[in-house]
Amino acid sequence: MSSNLDQLYRRVIMDHYKTPRNKGTIENNSVNIEMNNPTCGDRIHLTLQVEDGIVKDAKFDGEGCSISMASASMMTQAVKGQEIDTALRLSGIFSDMMLGKEYDDSIDLGDIEALQGVSQFPARIKCATLAWKAMEKGVQNEEKS
Amino acid sequence: MINQEIKSYFPILNQEINGHPLVYLDSAATSQKPVQVIEAMKNYYEFDNANVHRGVHTLGNRATEKYEGARDKVRKFINANSTEEIIFLRGTTTAINLVAQSYGRANVNEGDEIVITYMEHHSNIIPWQQLAKERGAILKYVELEKDGTISLEQVRAAVTERTKIVSMVYVSNVLGTMNPVKEVAQIAHENGAVMVVDGAQAAPHLKIDVQQLDCDFFAFSGHKMCGPTGIGVLYGKKELLNNMEPVEFGGEMIDFVGLYDSTWKELPWKFEGGTPIIAGAVGLGAAIDFLNEIGLNEIEKHEHQMAAYAMDKMGGIEGLEIYGPADPQHRAGIVTFNLNDVHPHDVATVLDMSGIAVRAGHHCAQPLMKWLEVTATARASFYLYNSESDVDRLVEGLRSAKEYFNDVF
Repeated sequence: MSSNLDQLYRRVIMDHYKTPRNKGTIENNSVNIEMNNPTCGDRIHLTLQVEDGIVKDAKFDGEGCSISMASASMMTQAVKGQEIDTALRLSGIFSDMMLGKEYDDSIDLGDIEALQGVSQFPARIKCATLAWKAMEKGVQNEEKS
Repeated sequence: MINQEIKSYFPILNQEINGHPLVYLDSAATSQKPVQVIEAMKNYYEFDNANVHRGVHTLGNRATEKYEGARDKVRKFINANSTEEIIFLRGTTTAINLVAQSYGRANVNEGDEIVITYMEHHSNIIPWQQLAKERGAILKYVELEKDGTISLEQVRAAVTERTKIVSMVYVSNVLGTMNPVKEVAQIAHENGAVMVVDGAQAAPHLKIDVQQLDCDFFAFSGHKMCGPTGIGVLYGKKELLNNMEPVEFGGEMIDFVGLYDSTWKELPWKFEGGTPIIAGAVGLGAAIDFLNEIGLNEIEKHEHQMAAYAMDKMGGIEGLEIYGPADPQHRAGIVTFNLNDVHPHDVATVLDMSGIAVRAGHHCAQPLMKWLEVTATARASFYLYNSESDVDRLVEGLRSAKEYFNDVF
Protein backbone atom coordinates (compact mmCIF):
# COMPACT_ATOMS: atom_id res chain seq x y z
CA MET A 1 0.00 0.00 0.00
CA SER A 2 2.65 2.49 1.03
CA SER A 3 4.58 2.49 -2.24
CA ASN A 4 1.47 3.48 -4.22
CA LEU A 5 0.54 6.11 -1.69
CA ASP A 6 4.05 7.48 -1.73
CA GLN A 7 3.48 8.42 -5.37
CA LEU A 8 0.68 10.67 -4.16
CA TYR A 9 1.88 11.92 -0.82
CA ARG A 10 5.41 13.04 -1.61
CA ARG A 11 7.32 14.49 1.28
CA VAL A 12 7.44 17.93 -0.33
CA ILE A 13 3.63 17.91 -0.64
CA MET A 14 3.20 17.10 3.02
CA ASP A 15 5.69 19.84 3.82
CA HIS A 16 3.60 22.41 1.94
CA TYR A 17 0.46 21.09 3.64
CA LYS A 18 1.99 21.29 7.09
CA THR A 19 3.74 24.63 6.62
CA PRO A 20 1.93 26.40 3.81
CA ARG A 21 3.73 29.24 2.02
CA ASN A 22 1.93 32.53 1.40
CA LYS A 23 -0.98 31.77 3.71
CA GLY A 24 -3.21 34.75 4.39
CA THR A 25 -4.88 37.61 2.56
CA ILE A 26 -3.47 40.64 0.76
CA GLU A 27 -5.40 43.69 1.92
CA ASN A 28 -4.39 45.85 -1.02
CA ASN A 29 -5.29 43.33 -3.69
CA SER A 30 -6.18 43.57 -7.34
CA VAL A 31 -7.48 40.03 -7.60
CA ASN A 32 -9.78 38.66 -4.92
CA ILE A 33 -11.49 35.40 -5.66
CA GLU A 34 -13.10 32.61 -3.73
CA MET A 35 -13.70 29.21 -5.25
CA ASN A 36 -14.92 25.92 -3.91
CA ASN A 37 -15.19 22.38 -5.02
CA PRO A 38 -18.92 21.73 -4.57
CA THR A 39 -18.55 17.97 -4.54
CA CYS A 40 -16.29 17.85 -1.50
CA GLY A 41 -16.35 21.20 0.28
CA ASP A 42 -12.76 22.27 -0.39
CA ARG A 43 -12.55 26.04 -0.43
CA ILE A 44 -9.87 28.51 -1.44
CA HIS A 45 -9.71 32.27 -1.06
CA LEU A 46 -7.01 33.72 -3.29
CA THR A 47 -5.75 37.29 -3.36
CA LEU A 48 -3.18 38.63 -5.79
CA GLN A 49 -1.48 41.95 -6.17
CA VAL A 50 -0.92 42.56 -9.87
CA GLU A 51 1.05 45.57 -11.08
CA ASP A 52 2.11 46.30 -14.65
CA GLY A 53 1.22 42.78 -15.71
CA ILE A 54 3.31 41.20 -12.99
CA VAL A 55 2.06 39.18 -10.00
CA LYS A 56 3.81 41.09 -7.22
CA ASP A 57 2.28 39.09 -4.41
CA ALA A 58 0.01 36.07 -3.95
CA LYS A 59 -1.67 34.73 -0.83
CA PHE A 60 -4.27 32.07 -0.15
CA ASP A 61 -6.55 30.97 2.59
CA GLY A 62 -8.92 28.05 2.72
CA GLU A 63 -9.87 24.63 3.88
CA GLY A 64 -9.32 21.29 2.30
CA CYS A 65 -7.34 18.11 2.00
CA SER A 66 -3.56 17.84 1.88
CA ILE A 67 -3.48 17.82 -1.92
CA SER A 68 -5.64 20.92 -2.39
CA MET A 69 -3.86 22.96 0.26
CA ALA A 70 -0.36 21.89 -0.80
CA SER A 71 -1.20 22.67 -4.41
CA ALA A 72 -2.45 26.14 -3.41
CA SER A 73 0.73 26.78 -1.47
CA MET A 74 2.88 25.68 -4.41
CA MET A 75 0.83 27.70 -6.88
CA THR A 76 1.28 30.96 -4.97
CA GLN A 77 4.98 30.25 -4.73
CA ALA A 78 5.21 29.58 -8.46
CA VAL A 79 3.32 32.61 -9.75
CA LYS A 80 4.75 35.19 -7.36
CA GLY A 81 7.02 37.56 -9.31
CA GLN A 82 5.92 36.14 -12.66
CA GLU A 83 4.30 37.94 -15.57
CA ILE A 84 0.62 37.14 -15.90
CA ASP A 85 1.25 35.36 -19.19
CA THR A 86 3.81 33.11 -17.52
CA ALA A 87 1.41 32.40 -14.65
CA LEU A 88 -1.28 31.37 -17.10
CA ARG A 89 1.22 29.30 -19.06
CA LEU A 90 2.18 27.50 -15.84
CA SER A 91 -1.48 26.82 -15.22
CA GLY A 92 -1.77 25.22 -18.66
CA ILE A 93 1.29 23.09 -18.01
CA PHE A 94 -0.11 22.03 -14.65
CA SER A 95 -3.41 21.07 -16.24
CA ASP A 96 -1.58 18.92 -18.84
CA MET A 97 0.41 17.30 -16.05
CA MET A 98 -2.79 16.42 -14.16
CA LEU A 99 -4.35 14.92 -17.25
CA GLY A 100 -1.29 12.74 -17.71
CA LYS A 101 -0.42 14.46 -20.99
CA GLU A 102 3.03 15.40 -22.25
CA TYR A 103 3.83 18.79 -20.77
CA ASP A 104 6.12 21.68 -21.60
CA ASP A 105 9.21 21.22 -19.44
CA SER A 106 11.09 24.28 -20.64
CA ILE A 107 10.04 26.11 -17.46
CA ASP A 108 11.45 24.96 -14.13
CA LEU A 109 8.42 23.77 -12.20
CA GLY A 110 10.18 23.44 -8.87
CA ASP A 111 8.04 21.89 -6.13
CA ILE A 112 5.04 21.59 -8.44
CA GLU A 113 6.63 18.60 -10.09
CA ALA A 114 5.93 16.62 -6.92
CA LEU A 115 2.21 16.75 -7.70
CA GLN A 116 2.69 14.67 -10.83
CA GLY A 117 1.61 11.53 -8.96
CA VAL A 118 -1.89 12.98 -8.48
CA SER A 119 -2.62 12.18 -12.13
CA GLN A 120 -2.68 8.51 -11.11
CA PHE A 121 -5.55 9.23 -8.68
CA PRO A 122 -8.44 10.50 -10.86
CA ALA A 123 -10.64 11.27 -7.86
CA ARG A 124 -8.04 13.69 -6.52
CA ILE A 125 -7.22 15.71 -9.65
CA LYS A 126 -9.89 18.28 -8.81
CA CYS A 127 -8.29 18.79 -5.40
CA ALA A 128 -5.00 19.71 -7.05
CA THR A 129 -6.43 21.98 -9.74
CA LEU A 130 -8.71 24.09 -7.50
CA ALA A 131 -6.13 26.77 -6.65
CA TRP A 132 -4.96 26.99 -10.25
CA LYS A 133 -8.52 27.37 -11.51
CA ALA A 134 -9.03 30.19 -9.02
CA MET A 135 -5.85 31.92 -10.18
CA GLU A 136 -6.82 31.61 -13.85
CA LYS A 137 -10.30 32.92 -13.32
CA GLY A 138 -9.16 35.73 -11.04
CA VAL A 139 -6.54 36.92 -13.51
CA GLN A 140 -8.95 36.71 -16.42
CA ASN A 141 -11.55 38.75 -14.51
CA GLU A 142 -8.92 41.34 -13.72
CA GLU A 143 -7.86 41.62 -17.36
CA LYS A 144 -11.46 42.15 -18.43
CA SER A 145 -12.08 44.95 -15.95
CA MET B 1 -31.86 -14.34 7.67
CA ILE B 2 -28.74 -12.24 7.29
CA ASN B 3 -25.75 -14.47 6.60
CA GLN B 4 -22.68 -14.73 4.42
CA GLU B 5 -24.79 -16.18 1.61
CA ILE B 6 -26.40 -12.79 1.00
CA LYS B 7 -23.13 -11.32 -0.18
CA SER B 8 -22.92 -13.95 -2.92
CA TYR B 9 -26.05 -12.47 -4.56
CA PHE B 10 -24.10 -9.29 -5.29
CA PRO B 11 -21.69 -10.00 -8.17
CA ILE B 12 -19.97 -6.63 -7.90
CA LEU B 13 -18.73 -7.37 -4.39
CA ASN B 14 -16.71 -10.30 -5.63
CA GLN B 15 -13.73 -8.37 -6.98
CA GLU B 16 -10.41 -6.92 -5.95
CA ILE B 17 -9.73 -3.20 -5.79
CA ASN B 18 -6.09 -2.12 -5.76
CA GLY B 19 -5.07 -5.69 -5.00
CA HIS B 20 -7.44 -6.21 -2.05
CA PRO B 21 -10.91 -7.77 -1.83
CA LEU B 22 -13.48 -4.97 -2.10
CA VAL B 23 -15.14 -3.79 1.11
CA TYR B 24 -18.03 -1.58 0.05
CA LEU B 25 -19.02 0.86 2.80
CA ASP B 26 -20.83 3.49 0.75
CA SER B 27 -24.36 2.12 0.58
CA ALA B 28 -25.86 5.35 1.91
CA ALA B 29 -24.73 6.92 -1.38
CA THR B 30 -26.01 4.00 -3.42
CA SER B 31 -26.48 0.34 -2.63
CA GLN B 32 -25.20 -2.51 -4.77
CA LYS B 33 -27.62 -4.64 -6.78
CA PRO B 34 -28.32 -8.35 -6.34
CA VAL B 35 -28.56 -10.72 -9.30
CA GLN B 36 -32.30 -10.95 -8.71
CA VAL B 37 -32.67 -7.26 -9.66
CA ILE B 38 -30.20 -7.40 -12.54
CA GLU B 39 -31.92 -10.51 -13.94
CA ALA B 40 -35.41 -9.03 -13.59
CA MET B 41 -34.41 -6.00 -15.65
CA LYS B 42 -32.55 -8.09 -18.20
CA ASN B 43 -35.54 -10.38 -18.48
CA TYR B 44 -37.88 -7.45 -18.96
CA TYR B 45 -35.80 -6.08 -21.82
CA GLU B 46 -35.31 -9.51 -23.39
CA PHE B 47 -38.93 -10.64 -23.32
CA ASP B 48 -41.47 -7.99 -22.32
CA ASN B 49 -40.31 -4.54 -23.40
CA ALA B 50 -42.99 -2.29 -24.89
CA ASN B 51 -44.56 1.02 -23.99
CA VAL B 52 -47.24 0.87 -21.33
CA HIS B 53 -50.94 1.81 -21.15
CA ARG B 54 -51.45 2.01 -24.90
CA GLY B 55 -50.61 -1.22 -26.67
CA VAL B 56 -53.32 -3.50 -27.88
CA HIS B 57 -50.55 -6.00 -28.52
CA THR B 58 -49.32 -8.67 -26.13
CA LEU B 59 -46.00 -7.09 -25.22
CA GLY B 60 -47.75 -3.83 -24.38
CA ASN B 61 -50.00 -5.72 -21.99
CA ARG B 62 -47.12 -7.57 -20.41
CA ALA B 63 -45.11 -4.38 -19.91
CA THR B 64 -48.15 -2.67 -18.38
CA GLU B 65 -48.77 -5.59 -16.05
CA LYS B 66 -45.17 -5.58 -14.88
CA TYR B 67 -45.12 -1.80 -14.40
CA GLU B 68 -48.39 -1.70 -12.51
CA GLY B 69 -47.43 -4.87 -10.65
CA ALA B 70 -44.36 -3.07 -9.35
CA ARG B 71 -46.58 -0.24 -8.17
CA ASP B 72 -48.60 -2.67 -6.10
CA LYS B 73 -45.40 -4.10 -4.61
CA VAL B 74 -44.42 -0.58 -3.55
CA ARG B 75 -47.87 -0.01 -2.09
CA LYS B 76 -47.55 -3.10 0.09
CA PHE B 77 -43.95 -2.30 0.95
CA ILE B 78 -44.90 1.00 2.60
CA ASN B 79 -48.44 -0.08 3.52
CA ALA B 80 -50.24 2.60 1.52
CA ASN B 81 -53.99 2.34 1.15
CA SER B 82 -54.12 2.38 -2.61
CA THR B 83 -51.89 2.26 -5.69
CA GLU B 84 -53.39 5.64 -6.61
CA GLU B 85 -51.12 7.03 -3.91
CA ILE B 86 -47.91 5.64 -5.43
CA ILE B 87 -46.25 7.86 -8.04
CA PHE B 88 -43.18 6.64 -9.88
CA LEU B 89 -40.60 9.38 -10.36
CA ARG B 90 -36.86 9.67 -10.83
CA GLY B 91 -35.96 9.65 -7.15
CA THR B 92 -36.33 11.39 -3.80
CA THR B 93 -35.15 14.73 -5.19
CA THR B 94 -37.78 14.76 -7.93
CA ALA B 95 -40.43 13.64 -5.46
CA ILE B 96 -39.75 16.47 -2.99
CA ASN B 97 -39.58 18.97 -5.84
CA LEU B 98 -42.98 17.79 -7.02
CA VAL B 99 -44.50 18.41 -3.59
CA ALA B 100 -42.87 21.86 -3.39
CA GLN B 101 -43.89 22.90 -6.87
CA SER B 102 -47.39 21.46 -6.88
CA TYR B 103 -48.70 21.39 -3.32
CA GLY B 104 -46.37 24.18 -2.16
CA ARG B 105 -47.20 26.73 -4.85
CA ALA B 106 -50.91 26.19 -4.37
CA ASN B 107 -50.92 26.32 -0.59
CA VAL B 108 -48.02 28.43 0.67
CA ASN B 109 -48.57 32.19 0.66
CA GLU B 110 -46.75 35.29 1.80
CA GLY B 111 -45.80 35.13 5.46
CA ASP B 112 -46.51 31.41 5.75
CA GLU B 113 -43.86 29.12 7.19
CA ILE B 114 -42.08 26.01 6.00
CA VAL B 115 -40.25 24.09 8.73
CA ILE B 116 -37.26 21.84 8.09
CA THR B 117 -34.24 20.85 10.24
CA TYR B 118 -30.48 21.30 10.32
CA MET B 119 -29.91 17.67 9.37
CA GLU B 120 -31.56 17.72 5.96
CA HIS B 121 -29.97 16.59 2.74
CA HIS B 122 -29.76 19.36 0.13
CA SER B 123 -32.67 17.72 -1.69
CA ASN B 124 -34.89 18.54 1.28
CA ILE B 125 -33.58 22.09 1.66
CA ILE B 126 -33.32 23.74 -1.73
CA PRO B 127 -36.84 22.94 -3.04
CA TRP B 128 -38.17 24.73 0.08
CA GLN B 129 -35.72 27.63 -0.22
CA GLN B 130 -36.91 28.18 -3.77
CA LEU B 131 -40.56 27.89 -2.79
CA ALA B 132 -40.10 30.29 0.14
CA LYS B 133 -38.41 32.87 -2.11
CA GLU B 134 -41.09 32.56 -4.76
CA ARG B 135 -44.03 32.80 -2.36
CA GLY B 136 -42.55 35.26 0.13
CA ALA B 137 -42.74 32.55 2.79
CA ILE B 138 -40.43 31.98 5.75
CA LEU B 139 -38.13 28.97 5.92
CA LYS B 140 -37.46 27.88 9.51
CA TYR B 141 -34.93 25.36 10.82
CA VAL B 142 -35.43 23.15 13.85
CA GLU B 143 -32.28 23.22 16.00
CA LEU B 144 -30.60 19.94 16.83
CA GLU B 145 -29.69 18.61 20.23
CA LYS B 146 -26.00 18.26 21.08
CA ASP B 147 -26.04 14.55 20.30
CA GLY B 148 -27.46 15.11 16.83
CA THR B 149 -31.06 14.21 17.62
CA ILE B 150 -34.26 16.21 17.32
CA SER B 151 -36.37 16.99 20.33
CA LEU B 152 -40.13 17.35 20.04
CA GLU B 153 -39.94 20.49 22.22
CA GLN B 154 -37.83 22.17 19.54
CA VAL B 155 -40.29 21.05 16.88
CA ARG B 156 -43.21 22.42 18.91
CA ALA B 157 -41.33 25.70 19.28
CA ALA B 158 -40.80 25.99 15.53
CA VAL B 159 -44.18 24.87 14.19
CA THR B 160 -46.94 27.48 14.47
CA GLU B 161 -50.35 28.13 12.99
CA ARG B 162 -48.63 29.89 10.10
CA THR B 163 -46.74 26.70 9.21
CA LYS B 164 -48.02 25.09 6.04
CA ILE B 165 -45.39 22.42 5.49
CA VAL B 166 -43.11 20.48 7.81
CA SER B 167 -40.48 18.41 6.00
CA MET B 168 -38.04 16.16 7.77
CA VAL B 169 -35.62 13.37 7.08
CA TYR B 170 -36.57 10.02 8.64
CA VAL B 171 -32.97 8.75 8.89
CA SER B 172 -30.10 11.23 8.58
CA ASN B 173 -27.62 10.40 5.82
CA VAL B 174 -24.82 11.84 7.94
CA LEU B 175 -25.61 11.20 11.59
CA GLY B 176 -27.64 8.05 11.09
CA THR B 177 -30.20 9.53 13.50
CA MET B 178 -33.67 8.02 13.32
CA ASN B 179 -36.14 10.85 13.76
CA PRO B 180 -39.55 10.67 15.48
CA VAL B 181 -41.41 11.53 12.28
CA LYS B 182 -44.68 10.09 13.53
CA GLU B 183 -44.76 12.43 16.51
CA VAL B 184 -43.63 15.34 14.33
CA ALA B 185 -46.44 14.60 11.88
CA GLN B 186 -48.87 14.87 14.77
CA ILE B 187 -47.47 18.29 15.74
CA ALA B 188 -47.70 19.40 12.09
CA HIS B 189 -51.32 18.28 11.87
CA GLU B 190 -52.29 19.98 15.15
CA ASN B 191 -51.13 23.21 13.52
CA GLY B 192 -52.83 22.57 10.20
CA ALA B 193 -49.64 21.81 8.29
CA VAL B 194 -48.81 18.82 6.10
CA MET B 195 -45.94 16.47 6.91
CA VAL B 196 -43.41 15.53 4.24
CA VAL B 197 -40.94 12.73 5.03
CA ASP B 198 -37.65 12.28 3.21
CA GLY B 199 -37.38 8.53 3.42
CA ALA B 200 -34.31 8.04 1.21
CA GLN B 201 -32.22 6.50 4.01
CA ALA B 202 -35.15 4.89 5.81
CA ALA B 203 -36.87 2.80 3.13
CA PRO B 204 -33.81 0.57 2.55
CA HIS B 205 -33.31 -0.16 6.22
CA LEU B 206 -36.53 -0.34 8.22
CA LYS B 207 -40.16 -1.32 7.82
CA ILE B 208 -42.15 1.65 6.55
CA ASP B 209 -45.83 2.07 7.32
CA VAL B 210 -47.09 5.37 5.93
CA GLN B 211 -50.51 4.92 7.51
CA GLN B 212 -49.04 4.33 10.93
CA LEU B 213 -46.69 7.33 10.51
CA ASP B 214 -49.67 9.32 9.27
CA CYS B 215 -47.40 11.42 7.06
CA ASP B 216 -48.93 13.24 4.11
CA PHE B 217 -46.06 12.66 1.69
CA PHE B 218 -43.23 10.15 1.77
CA ALA B 219 -40.36 10.19 -0.76
CA PHE B 220 -37.69 7.56 -1.43
CA SER B 221 -35.29 6.26 -4.08
CA GLY B 222 -34.92 2.80 -5.55
CA HIS B 223 -31.15 2.81 -5.92
CA LYS B 224 -30.46 2.97 -2.18
CA MET B 225 -32.52 -0.18 -1.57
CA CYS B 226 -30.93 -2.64 -4.02
CA GLY B 227 -32.92 -1.28 -6.96
CA PRO B 228 -31.69 0.54 -10.06
CA THR B 229 -30.89 4.24 -10.36
CA GLY B 230 -33.47 6.49 -11.99
CA ILE B 231 -36.55 5.22 -10.16
CA GLY B 232 -38.07 6.63 -7.03
CA VAL B 233 -41.42 6.98 -5.37
CA LEU B 234 -43.61 9.70 -4.04
CA TYR B 235 -46.37 8.51 -1.75
CA GLY B 236 -49.08 11.06 -1.08
CA LYS B 237 -52.46 10.86 0.64
CA LYS B 238 -55.11 10.46 -2.01
CA GLU B 239 -57.20 13.47 -0.99
CA LEU B 240 -54.13 15.71 -1.24
CA LEU B 241 -52.90 14.29 -4.56
CA ASN B 242 -56.39 14.61 -6.04
CA ASN B 243 -56.34 18.35 -5.47
CA MET B 244 -52.82 18.85 -6.79
CA GLU B 245 -51.87 19.95 -10.28
CA PRO B 246 -49.23 18.04 -12.25
CA VAL B 247 -45.87 19.76 -12.78
CA GLU B 248 -44.94 17.89 -15.95
CA PHE B 249 -47.20 17.91 -18.95
CA GLY B 250 -47.17 15.78 -22.08
CA GLY B 251 -47.90 12.22 -23.09
CA GLU B 252 -49.10 9.55 -20.64
CA MET B 253 -50.63 12.00 -18.17
CA ILE B 254 -53.54 13.30 -20.27
CA ASP B 255 -57.15 12.31 -20.47
CA PHE B 256 -58.35 14.51 -23.34
CA VAL B 257 -56.35 17.04 -25.36
CA GLY B 258 -58.05 19.91 -27.14
CA LEU B 259 -56.47 22.77 -29.05
CA TYR B 260 -56.43 25.15 -26.11
CA ASP B 261 -57.21 23.05 -23.10
CA SER B 262 -56.64 19.53 -21.81
CA THR B 263 -57.68 17.31 -18.95
CA TRP B 264 -55.61 14.93 -16.86
CA LYS B 265 -55.70 11.23 -16.21
CA GLU B 266 -56.71 9.86 -12.86
CA LEU B 267 -54.24 9.24 -10.05
CA PRO B 268 -51.44 8.27 -10.07
CA TRP B 269 -50.83 8.70 -13.80
CA LYS B 270 -51.54 12.42 -13.94
CA PHE B 271 -48.14 12.94 -12.29
CA GLU B 272 -46.27 10.60 -14.62
CA GLY B 273 -45.85 12.62 -17.81
CA GLY B 274 -43.90 10.97 -20.65
CA THR B 275 -43.00 7.31 -21.12
CA PRO B 276 -42.53 6.10 -17.57
CA ILE B 277 -39.50 4.44 -16.00
CA ILE B 278 -40.73 0.96 -16.82
CA ALA B 279 -37.56 -1.13 -16.48
CA GLY B 280 -36.66 0.88 -13.38
CA ALA B 281 -39.99 0.03 -11.78
CA VAL B 282 -39.53 -3.64 -12.66
CA GLY B 283 -36.09 -3.53 -11.02
CA LEU B 284 -37.49 -1.81 -7.94
CA GLY B 285 -40.21 -4.46 -7.71
CA ALA B 286 -37.55 -7.17 -7.77
CA ALA B 287 -35.57 -5.30 -5.10
CA ILE B 288 -38.65 -5.18 -2.88
CA ASP B 289 -39.18 -8.94 -3.32
CA PHE B 290 -35.55 -9.49 -2.40
CA LEU B 291 -35.70 -7.29 0.73
CA ASN B 292 -39.01 -8.86 1.81
CA GLU B 293 -37.55 -12.32 1.54
CA ILE B 294 -34.83 -11.37 4.00
CA GLY B 295 -37.19 -9.25 6.09
CA LEU B 296 -36.92 -5.56 6.88
CA ASN B 297 -36.92 -6.25 10.60
CA GLU B 298 -33.91 -8.54 10.14
CA ILE B 299 -32.17 -5.86 8.08
CA GLU B 300 -32.82 -3.19 10.68
CA LYS B 301 -31.52 -5.45 13.44
CA HIS B 302 -28.41 -6.23 11.40
CA GLU B 303 -27.76 -2.52 10.87
CA HIS B 304 -28.00 -1.72 14.55
CA GLN B 305 -25.54 -4.53 15.20
CA MET B 306 -23.17 -3.25 12.51
CA ALA B 307 -23.38 0.29 13.89
CA ALA B 308 -22.75 -0.95 17.42
CA TYR B 309 -19.79 -3.08 16.39
CA ALA B 310 -18.30 -0.31 14.22
CA MET B 311 -18.71 2.34 16.90
CA ASP B 312 -17.13 0.08 19.46
CA LYS B 313 -14.13 -0.86 17.29
CA MET B 314 -13.65 2.59 15.77
CA GLY B 315 -13.99 4.20 19.17
CA GLY B 316 -10.79 2.38 20.13
CA ILE B 317 -8.77 4.40 17.63
CA GLU B 318 -7.17 7.35 19.33
CA GLY B 319 -8.10 10.70 17.77
CA LEU B 320 -11.10 9.34 15.92
CA GLU B 321 -14.30 11.31 16.43
CA ILE B 322 -17.72 9.85 15.62
CA TYR B 323 -20.65 12.20 14.99
CA GLY B 324 -24.28 11.63 15.89
CA PRO B 325 -26.18 9.68 18.55
CA ALA B 326 -23.96 7.63 20.85
CA ASP B 327 -26.54 4.86 21.26
CA PRO B 328 -26.41 2.55 18.22
CA GLN B 329 -30.07 1.63 18.83
CA HIS B 330 -30.94 5.21 17.87
CA ARG B 331 -29.12 5.14 14.59
CA ALA B 332 -29.09 3.29 11.30
CA GLY B 333 -25.96 1.67 9.89
CA ILE B 334 -24.24 4.97 9.17
CA VAL B 335 -21.07 6.01 10.98
CA THR B 336 -19.66 9.43 10.12
CA PHE B 337 -16.28 10.30 11.55
CA ASN B 338 -13.05 12.23 11.35
CA LEU B 339 -9.54 11.11 12.12
CA ASN B 340 -7.82 14.07 13.68
CA ASP B 341 -5.22 15.88 11.59
CA VAL B 342 -6.00 13.75 8.55
CA HIS B 343 -8.43 15.27 6.07
CA PRO B 344 -11.31 12.91 5.14
CA HIS B 345 -10.26 12.94 1.46
CA ASP B 346 -6.88 11.69 2.46
CA VAL B 347 -8.47 9.06 4.71
CA ALA B 348 -10.68 7.92 1.81
CA THR B 349 -7.75 7.69 -0.59
CA VAL B 350 -5.68 5.63 1.84
CA LEU B 351 -8.64 3.31 2.47
CA ASP B 352 -9.27 2.98 -1.27
CA MET B 353 -5.72 1.77 -1.73
CA SER B 354 -6.70 -1.07 0.62
CA GLY B 355 -9.87 -1.82 -1.33
CA ILE B 356 -12.21 -0.08 1.14
CA ALA B 357 -14.82 2.30 -0.28
CA VAL B 358 -16.04 5.09 2.01
CA ARG B 359 -17.50 8.50 1.27
CA ALA B 360 -15.65 11.72 2.07
CA GLY B 361 -16.97 15.24 1.79
CA HIS B 362 -20.00 17.19 2.92
CA HIS B 363 -22.51 14.44 2.00
CA CYS B 364 -24.88 16.94 0.37
CA ALA B 365 -25.60 18.38 3.82
CA GLN B 366 -23.69 21.64 4.06
CA PRO B 367 -25.90 23.24 6.75
CA LEU B 368 -25.34 20.17 8.91
CA MET B 369 -21.56 20.34 8.35
CA LYS B 370 -21.72 23.93 9.53
CA TRP B 371 -23.64 22.85 12.61
CA LEU B 372 -21.01 20.18 13.30
CA GLU B 373 -18.35 22.88 12.74
CA VAL B 374 -16.49 20.79 10.20
CA THR B 375 -16.01 21.29 6.47
CA ALA B 376 -15.98 17.64 5.61
CA THR B 377 -16.24 14.21 7.18
CA ALA B 378 -15.70 10.60 6.22
CA ARG B 379 -18.62 8.19 6.30
CA ALA B 380 -18.87 4.43 6.45
CA SER B 381 -22.35 3.11 5.73
CA PHE B 382 -23.40 -0.50 6.10
CA TYR B 383 -26.03 -2.60 4.45
CA LEU B 384 -27.26 -6.16 4.53
CA TYR B 385 -24.23 -7.51 2.65
CA ASN B 386 -21.69 -6.11 5.12
CA SER B 387 -20.33 -8.10 8.01
CA GLU B 388 -18.17 -7.61 11.06
CA SER B 389 -15.11 -8.62 9.04
CA ASP B 390 -15.74 -5.54 6.83
CA VAL B 391 -15.62 -3.40 9.94
CA ASP B 392 -12.39 -5.10 10.98
CA ARG B 393 -10.90 -4.26 7.59
CA LEU B 394 -12.03 -0.65 7.98
CA VAL B 395 -10.50 -0.35 11.43
CA GLU B 396 -7.26 -1.87 10.19
CA GLY B 397 -7.28 0.59 7.26
CA LEU B 398 -7.89 3.53 9.56
CA ARG B 399 -5.05 2.49 11.82
CA SER B 400 -2.66 2.31 8.91
CA ALA B 401 -3.91 5.67 7.57
CA LYS B 402 -3.13 7.18 10.92
CA GLU B 403 0.27 5.58 11.00
CA TYR B 404 1.04 6.63 7.44
CA PHE B 405 0.23 10.27 8.04
CA ASN B 406 1.99 10.33 11.38
CA ASP B 407 5.07 9.06 9.57
CA VAL B 408 5.06 11.65 6.83
CA PHE B 409 4.38 14.49 9.19
